[in-house]
Amino acid sequence: MKGFSQMEKPKIITMSHGSGGADSRSLIGEVFERAFSNPVLSQMEDAALLNGFSKLAFTTDSFVVQPLIFKGGDIGRLAVCGTVNDLLTRGARPRYLTAAFILEEGLDISVLKLIVDSMAETAREAGVDIVTGDTKVIENKGIGGIIINTAGIGEIPGGIDISSKNIAEQDACILTGTLGDHHACLLSKRMDIESEIASDAAPLVEIVERLIDSGIEIHAMRDVTRGGLGTVLNEMLDTANGTRYSMGKEQDMLDLVIEQDSLPISQATSDFCGLLGLDPIYMGNEGKMAIFVPDSKAEEALYLIRGAKYGENAQVIGHTVPSKGHSARVCMRTSIGGLRTIRPLAGEGLPRIC
Amino acid sequence: MPFKAQDKALLEAIRYAGPDLRLMEICGSHTAAISKNGIRSLLGPNIHMISGPGCPVCVTVTAYIDKLIELSENKDTVILSFGDLLRVPGSNGSLQTAKARGADIRMVYSPIECVKLAQANPEMKFIFAAIGFETTAPVYAALIESALEAGLNNIRLLTSLKTMPGAVNYLLEKKSNIQGFIAPGHVCAVNGTHIFEELSRKYSVPFVAAGFSAEQVLMAIAALIRLNGQPKVLNLYGEAVTRQGNEKAVYAVHRYFEEGEAVWRGIGEIEASGLYLREEYSDFDAGSRGLIQDNSPDSCKCGEVIVGEIDSSDCPLFGTVCTPNNPIGACMVSEEGACFNRYLE
Repeated sequence: MKGFSQMEKPKIITMSHGSGGADSRSLIGEVFERAFSNPVLSQMEDAALLNGFSKLAFTTDSFVVQPLIFKGGDIGRLAVCGTVNDLLTRGARPRYLTAAFILEEGLDISVLKLIVDSMAETAREAGVDIVTGDTKVIENKGIGGIIINTAGIGEIPGGIDISSKNIAEQDACILTGTLGDHHACLLSKRMDIESEIASDAAPLVEIVERLIDSGIEIHAMRDVTRGGLGTVLNEMLDTANGTRYSMGKEQDMLDLVIEQDSLPISQATSDFCGLLGLDPIYMGNEGKMAIFVPDSKAEEALYLIRGAKYGENAQVIGHTVPSKGHSARVCMRTSIGGLRTIRPLAGEGLPRIC
Repeated sequence: MPFKAQDKALLEAIRYAGPDLRLMEICGSHTAAISKNGIRSLLGPNIHMISGPGCPVCVTVTAYIDKLIELSENKDTVILSFGDLLRVPGSNGSLQTAKARGADIRMVYSPIECVKLAQANPEMKFIFAAIGFETTAPVYAALIESALEAGLNNIRLLTSLKTMPGAVNYLLEKKSNIQGFIAPGHVCAVNGTHIFEELSRKYSVPFVAAGFSAEQVLMAIAALIRLNGQPKVLNLYGEAVTRQGNEKAVYAVHRYFEEGEAVWRGIGEIEASGLYLREEYSDFDAGSRGLIQDNSPDSCKCGEVIVGEIDSSDCPLFGTVCTPNNPIGACMVSEEGACFNRYLE
């Protein structure tokens, strides 16, 4: 027979877990501290003291996703990968993360543990420590059980300057893997369509480390998440051309031409998109980078990326060229040789209805 | 995808240099395929592809949007809609703005989701925004069938269903000077290519049924060039389309729906171009008849665009006031819309 205290122990999140009292303390101890344990977190102070370093990258992101757990990942893995990958885009080595949780009363604690364990495992994989955090509990309003915010700090090695403003003529654009898998995975689960597609949620530390350690000159790098490749490439090119314009180089704008046949897309995701009339170029990813390097370095960079974890399907997908038109643009040479402008995503990128 | 020899021959064929040729792709999915594959950039300068009235969102009148918003104001009511419709302007705001004000409006991917929701929440009423053409009608028929089987009385449809032959007849009657049609692949899969035979004879114009891959669209354009106005109905989409169509689906539609006059956004009334729930199933109807008011802004030229009277770029709002982020007309909202796709090119 179970002891009294064990029987009384709540197995779901209740408002008392957010009270700041004993239940809050035990939730922190049993769920978060247990999983994230490290010397900085174990100080258990109101703010973590970190070992100092020079140039820092700092970012934050919140995660709201349904379903919470899906093929290839869960909201916890996303919360770590999203922030780690954002730090990587500036060439930073991710070091420390914060994790803040908004929990809905009624959430099953076993689900919370699963998510937190997955965060811990992903943090270990990425080589970051989760050093401070917060928990709030809110009444059940149907928000889906859990919202996570993570913030992260990364250290930028000397001499590294990675930014979309550095994109130059004759740059190669490398995509580190297949497009649209995360988005297709979640959509298929929400729509109850049987599918083998798994989310690509992954920390891309090894890919970036290999490039930086080999001295590859990375001009710009972006995490290809919401809005998809089409939106991200437009934003990058806008920054590059905006910088050129402000420097008085308006005769010197850049176009980016990508090749449809070079875009890595898995057969399963391609079939799924075909079925629903979705365009993989506007679908979200959680483990893909768009990386601009000088064309002369493209082959070496591609080799390094393909040798890294999560980089095996990398491709050079296009190049920057002097702009021909009045307004610089991202365009795509299609499989049949046509030319199509790639605009940023407008609306929500929804399945067609007939 | 490497080039195949026949693709090169196709590309050669569509670089046509003869007299002006005005062709229409009726279906919004073809419009999207043309823009996504950059097909316009490969055509000879004298081929004019016109995007027709086959985008369901684009031809839905403002009264319909207004009615949905009105229904959404009832506390026990949930509106279920396909995504594109949410952003279409009604005469006073869109479903998206009604949702932001607190109405329970949910985006769904399939009408069948409605059955699950209605079973789980018997105290709520679920109204499905049932827009579409011949292609989507069988799904709504299946929805009613499922609701009847499950004994559910909390499902309603607000329908705005339209049919193609009537609309194409209208276009041709108006002497829009269209010299060939890419027939809508999905409509043909359901109703068969035979529905265009009479129109082809009557107006002496060719129809080519095609699928939605780049190759299929190129083949259809090349076939229309070769037919050069001969009144024939060709089927290039044999994997999905037959002359007779899917008789089971057609039967299911006729069991629950009957033909009637319909009002098309920006165009007006077209005889025998709509589908309405039959009298014996009127319990499922949330008030679909009589939604004829169309308060699209006068400055919006969507109606002239989708009948081929003007090109999207001739509309003074196009690309300046009216963009995908701030659509004035429905054709700029939908992923299948004529203006949305021209803007993307």
